[in-house]
Amino acid sequence: MKPTIYSEIDGRSTRFYALAAILGVFVLSALICAFYMEHYGHYVTGMNNQVVWGMPHVFAFFLIIAASGALNVASIGSVFGKTIYKPLGRLSSLLAVALLLGGLTVLVLDLGRPDRLIVAMTTYNFKSIFAWNIYLYVGFIAVVVVYLWLQMERRMNRYVKTAGMVAFIWRLVLTTGTGSILGFLVAREAYDSAIMAPLFIAMSFSFGLAAYILVLIATCRGSGRELGDVVVRRMGRLLGVFIAGVLYLTAIQHLANMYAAEHTGVERFILLDGGIYTLLFWVGQVFVGGILPLVLVYRQPAGGLQNAVRRMAGASALVIIGGFAQLYVLIIGGQAYPLNLFPDMQVSSSFYDGVIAAYTPSLPEIGLGLGGVALAGLIVLFGIKVLRFLPSTLANKAIDPHHELTANGS
Amino acid sequence: MTRYPNKSGTTSGFDPVRRKFLSAVVAAAGVTLAPGIVLYGITKPSSALARAPDAAASSEVRWAMLIDLGRCESGCDECVTACSMENGLRGHGRKASDAQWIRKVTISNPDTGVSKSLPVMCQHCAEPPCVDVCPTGASFKRADGIVLVDKHTCIGCRYCMLACPYKARSFIHETLEDQKPHTPRGKGTVESCTLCVHRIDAGGQPACVEACSDTGGGAMLFGDLNDPDSEISQRVAHYATQQIRADLGLDPGVRYRNL
Repeated sequence: MKPTIYSEIDGRSTRFYALAAILGVFVLSALICAFYMEHYGHYVTGMNNQVVWGMPHVFAFFLIIAASGALNVASIGSVFGKTIYKPLGRLSSLLAVALLLGGLTVLVLDLGRPDRLIVAMTTYNFKSIFAWNIYLYVGFIAVVVVYLWLQMERRMNRYVKTAGMVAFIWRLVLTTGTGSILGFLVAREAYDSAIMAPLFIAMSFSFGLAAYILVLIATCRGSGRELGDVVVRRMGRLLGVFIAGVLYLTAIQHLANMYAAEHTGVERFILLDGGIYTLLFWVGQVFVGGILPLVLVYRQPAGGLQNAVRRMAGASALVIIGGFAQLYVLIIGGQAYPLNLFPDMQVSSSFYDGVIAAYTPSLPEIGLGLGGVALAGLIVLFGIKVLRFLPSTLANKAIDPHHELTANGS
Repeated sequence: MTRYPNKSGTTSGFDPVRRKFLSAVVAAAGVTLAPGIVLYGITKPSSALARAPDAAASSEVRWAMLIDLGRCESGCDECVTACSMENGLRGHGRKASDAQWIRKVTISNPDTGVSKSLPVMCQHCAEPPCVDVCPTGASFKRADGIVLVDKHTCIGCRYCMLACPYKARSFIHETLEDQKPHTPRGKGTVESCTLCVHRIDAGGQPACVEACSDTGGGAMLFGDLNDPDSEISQRVAHYATQQIRADLGLDPGVRYRNL
């Protein structure tokens, strides 16, 4: 097999500048939204003293989870030795860092005091899972940048497997930490569960790969690089496994909660009579984000390349939509359901005790969240223009020497 | 020893009114006779239990509260009003995001229809989850058991609000004006009941307790749980008391009777 040749994208077309400008506008809008929120205070958002984490956290969690998952493509190549994935490793590492930076930016700009970022970076309470995560995020970026350098510097290629292993373990720990942000909240019935860590890992595998597939297809299309159906179909099948994994752990999450009589209230709320949350759970998370992409991935006709690419892109987009729905249900639905201070009692107060909290996402929150996505996009776009992240071709015969042999023999 | 003026008529160790009067007489005499010598003395906290400004809070005391639901009437919110006055809490006409440090909660048993009213505020847990989860250590517990937020290191992440089982914390959603000098607050940070730490350090008791005693039902008792002779310790030792969500094992400093 010939060594993979990587090259920058030309990045001088009108399309390139138009895309960069659109992403730039979103990033700028996010900054304006953040300034607006900080200037007037958070009352201009949909968040309140009941739902304290809103839409920015849905976006931030999604981006951070997807970041660790996007790195899996590189890990499969360098740690698990799957040759077909090796040319995809550089873009995977770049996307992972870009998504994490996008997510962290949203998280920081939503703080009540974003100007105190330096306090967050220098003053730690080591009992806090949140503080651990700050280390895990910064460490992740450092580890992936080194991993990326080892991949890109041919003389250092022999260390790639070791670095890949470190990065893979780090990303597992990181997603465990992210899931545990919710999992360690003993007072919240919707969160308090050890399953949050493995559930978030499965979600990261799924969302991250979906994001990667979309970026790969878009960059190959945009830069006129050949993308064979072998790699697309293979990643699609893997995506199917991850989607099934998320569905399985979600089922266990709710079954285990339903089994405990004390949690039937919150389960009833999410699964049966929670209005928007129930709708988003069944239609958004389970059907659009689970069943539909599974059908697209596994029931594909043997047809041509374009069909395969379209199906995989569609499945990936659905996984992302379902992922946002899942995080909305989990993060916001979990807060909308009231804290249970007095079990078995009917409760009322001037502070919304005992009632389902209302939350309507506001424009500044959504603007800030979209800005995080756009920032990740801008980093990838800039990255592939200045450095050699993308393989020159991902044609079937270039990535799988046995492809034609198999094709002819079959 | 407690500084709680007992409504039942039994003495609780000392008479604060008499002590205040005597202190004033002695101070007045002192200032007249030797101003330079006593000036330092009168600026010191008035109570023997008050903390000197340069002294650290001591773990020898555990400040706590006992609330008797038998004396807490459903229509009374003197404690809530007093807290707002004392700490300068003003609503902005936005109920969902306005700060509330103490609230009256009505609970009723759906089977029997029995209904009760009680104030709920920061429970000043011995094992506070808000302190555990705070990334910067801005949420902290003083040695004497009072749980506070350091307004200089709070970054406004609101994770403590998610972690608190009592819904005791509020986020400041807007710019504040006309704040009380003894209760610093700030937009973008989280806050909750301080147990009127400024009063306690000066030898006083929380505003809610004082108001409940003066114009309310006299349901709230404040004192030191580590002092076996204090009235709160005596009552906790002699009567059945409860903690909200005791199953969580957080050992709240706020206890309830007849819950």
